[in-house]
Amino acid sequence: MAGSKVRAILAIHMQTTTEVNWQAIRKDFPILHQEVHGTPLIYFDSAASSQKPRAVIDTLRHYYEHDNANVHRGLHVLSTRATEGYEAARAKLATYLNAASADEIIFTRGTTESINLVANTWGAKFLRAGDVILLTEMEHHSNLVPWQMLAERTGTVLRFVPALEDGTLALGALDSLLTREVKLFAFTHISNSLGTINPVTDLCAAARAVGAVSLVDAAQSAGHCPIDVQALGCDFLALSGHKMCGPTGIGALYGRAELLDAMPPWHGGGEMILSVNYERSTFKKAPGKFEAGTPNIADAIGLGAAVDYLEGIGRAAIFEHDTQLAAYAQGRLEELPGVRVLGPRERAGLVGFVMEAAHPHDLTTYADQYGLALRGGHHCNQPLMRKMGLPGTTRASFYFYNTKEEIDRMMEILDNAVRFFA
Amino acid sequence: MNTELEELYQSVILDHSRRPRNKGEITDGAVHVHGDNPSCGDEIHLHVKFGADGGVEDVKFTGQGCAISQASASLMTMKVKGRSRQEAETMIRAFHDLVTIEVTDPPKLLGDLRLLQGVKKFPQRVKCAMLAWRALEQAIEAGDKESSVSTEGDVND
Repeated sequence: MAGSKVRAILAIHMQTTTEVNWQAIRKDFPILHQEVHGTPLIYFDSAASSQKPRAVIDTLRHYYEHDNANVHRGLHVLSTRATEGYEAARAKLATYLNAASADEIIFTRGTTESINLVANTWGAKFLRAGDVILLTEMEHHSNLVPWQMLAERTGTVLRFVPALEDGTLALGALDSLLTREVKLFAFTHISNSLGTINPVTDLCAAARAVGAVSLVDAAQSAGHCPIDVQALGCDFLALSGHKMCGPTGIGALYGRAELLDAMPPWHGGGEMILSVNYERSTFKKAPGKFEAGTPNIADAIGLGAAVDYLEGIGRAAIFEHDTQLAAYAQGRLEELPGVRVLGPRERAGLVGFVMEAAHPHDLTTYADQYGLALRGGHHCNQPLMRKMGLPGTTRASFYFYNTKEEIDRMMEILDNAVRFFA
Repeated sequence: MNTELEELYQSVILDHSRRPRNKGEITDGAVHVHGDNPSCGDEIHLHVKFGADGGVEDVKFTGQGCAISQASASLMTMKVKGRSRQEAETMIRAFHDLVTIEVTDPPKLLGDLRLLQGVKKFPQRVKCAMLAWRALEQAIEAGDKESSVSTEGDVND
């Protein structure tokens, strides 16, 4: 049923794809309409952080001007409004991910905190020395370092699914890696440096088949393509609000209810308790159990507005738009002498590349002087870069407010850069 | 052409980044410092041979990184070779000032290194320019055969 639902979502949005007026949508983003170093800004760094539409900015402003108060406790009208707004945002996110219940959505500061939460609660309780955590070689540091820290404490062993030359995962190696000792399989949906779209449904199924829990890092996918956690069959899914048109400092962890119930709390304090005595306390059920202290109310409500905004456009349409831009950029980049594009041909809305003539940092400094915001460096993928023998790459990442004309302008700038540095 | 870029990437700087001088290792009684900028991946191995009086008798480097880090290292080796310890220390301070604060009349001692003054307008690139210099500073201070240094604060591991 969940599968048919995702197809239904796709079908609905596919019909509307051609009707989306992308030029009009650009007007929703005030920040895009400015000059940088005397030339119009071209923002190709949405994989690091997306820009925010007016609807989200206005929601934050409205909240602080009209509804601001603490949640869940106050017996006055502002507290009621703040609580309703905060919980409505949770419900929106649950619908957005097709979670079975809003109680399966925990607000966090972002993907990093979501993964750390799982490592420090589920991981600390259920992992033993000798158990294996399976990761992939293309994980962002946020889905690697928390597991290293946990492994150090518990004696758990880390294993990695290799990344192949073409930027895809060595799925053939999965049988030998995903053994019964594996208790957790954590992997990224979309690689932030290569643009690889991993077969997450298959990976979750493979994890389930050996009794392992699955965790999907959806930082790069949550705002870019339809996600249905029930169809994916994942146990945990982590996302960041600021990469999907929401504010910074807010994100979420989806966790299957059964798992959340079995997990101990992480941070202790107010909000997360039922009853407190001097000696001991009892805790709320999820999600309250995991949200100690006053939560990031305004930004959660802002994230709710971002979800509404993205749903208004349709994630299937956004995915189609972004991937078309990336495919176009890849083709154009490959025309440039001494430029090599990394990652598979079938890619998400970002392109990582290396230019023989210029180091990524020189190239991004150069581009910035022409108003073009690129990202240069290791993209929090240090082990992967080392494996590929690269000091880093330059990345152009796209979102639905970017245009083909902007890519053409990028190519003029890069073409000049080749001559400048050669 | 963008003037700030032209100031940053002057032809001498680009020339040194493409064809670094004093590239190599000194195996014979030299101090070796490994310097890196973890967030950029810039890396240098600096080999300094000190004379009996503490002066810089010979200096070579290997490494990889952006044009600024490599050119700065190349130019530095040319300028500090044959200098007394005190002169080398003066140059380290003078170069740091050059790329971080307004210096109207940079000391002649720095020679072509003065061309790196354009870095000041790019605060995020200061650490690229300073990498080789931090390694030199470390070599002088430590005087041990092996050590490492980072321009990004202490490594907590």
